[in-house]
Amino acid sequence: MAFKAAVITFPGSNCDRDMAVALEAVSGEPAIRVWHGDADLPDGLDFIALPGGFSYGDYLRSGAIAAKSPVLRAVIAAAERGVPVLGVCNGFQVLTESGLLPGTLMRNAGQSFVCRTSELEVASTASPFTQGFEAGERLRIPVAHHDGNYFADEATLDGLEGTGRVAFRYLDNPNGSRRDIAGVLSENGRVLGMMPHPERAMEPAAHPSMGGQDGRKLFENVIKGLVAA
Amino acid sequence: MNIRILVRLKPGVLDPQGRAVHHSLDSLGFEGVENVRIGRMIEMNVADGTSDETIKAMCEQLLANMVIEDFAIEKLDAQTEPA
Repeated sequence: MAFKAAVITFPGSNCDRDMAVALEAVSGEPAIRVWHGDADLPDGLDFIALPGGFSYGDYLRSGAIAAKSPVLRAVIAAAERGVPVLGVCNGFQVLTESGLLPGTLMRNAGQSFVCRTSELEVASTASPFTQGFEAGERLRIPVAHHDGNYFADEATLDGLEGTGRVAFRYLDNPNGSRRDIAGVLSENGRVLGMMPHPERAMEPAAHPSMGGQDGRKLFENVIKGLVAA
Repeated sequence: MNIRILVRLKPGVLDPQGRAVHHSLDSLGFEGVENVRIGRMIEMNVADGTSDETIKAMCEQLLANMVIEDFAIEKLDAQTEPA
């Protein structure tokens, strides 16, 4: 089965190419590149990725303007049909601003931009993105952000935890996120927002401190799951 | 009609930026400062007769993030119009 993925580019996106390269590396199929002003998405998509970067220069709030762009209406409609949607970093911010995921990403508690490899724990395996992981499996995936401090009210956080919607947790919380949350799933598990960049952890590195391929597994999970379905 | 919208963090939401500014004021020797909170001010000119509901909708849909922020709408008269 040919895997048909789209990567959305906003003005200021800067991880869109990395995301497309990562998807192609795993699926063997080139990802379709979609511009933010497009009102429609290609038909028959298996996967939509919202990449990292600084859409619209982070004006107003990170992800706020992109969340209201024409293409997002099409992404929301596709998500409602069950198309898996992955938002990484700024993509996660766009997902919360659009209402596809609860909560928001505030300025890092330490006020500084953080750029380093983060240690994560897989908190839920009940999604197309995380089904191939072991519960509690540890991953090393880089983060690079200024607004990654996940916030939601206590009732929302309890709801997320109680229904297995926390996908990943930081073992070394770099940004003050409530309950160490690094990634959040939608109610049906088919939308994932995460601050760490799996598309930057695709190849074995000469030394563990320089990276690794833990991110690759996430893409393999999605693509394998779709081929099996 | 000129309006001014103040977008502020809800009470109880930690404001690390406000705290950093507070520390900086402390270090400059200003005493007795508490609860520094940073918000955002948006001024705009809207067509006369724009309803309060419409302005509120602008705030709720885009200008404020209702998860963490509140907003207040101020209608400005001619004397206080932005330059």
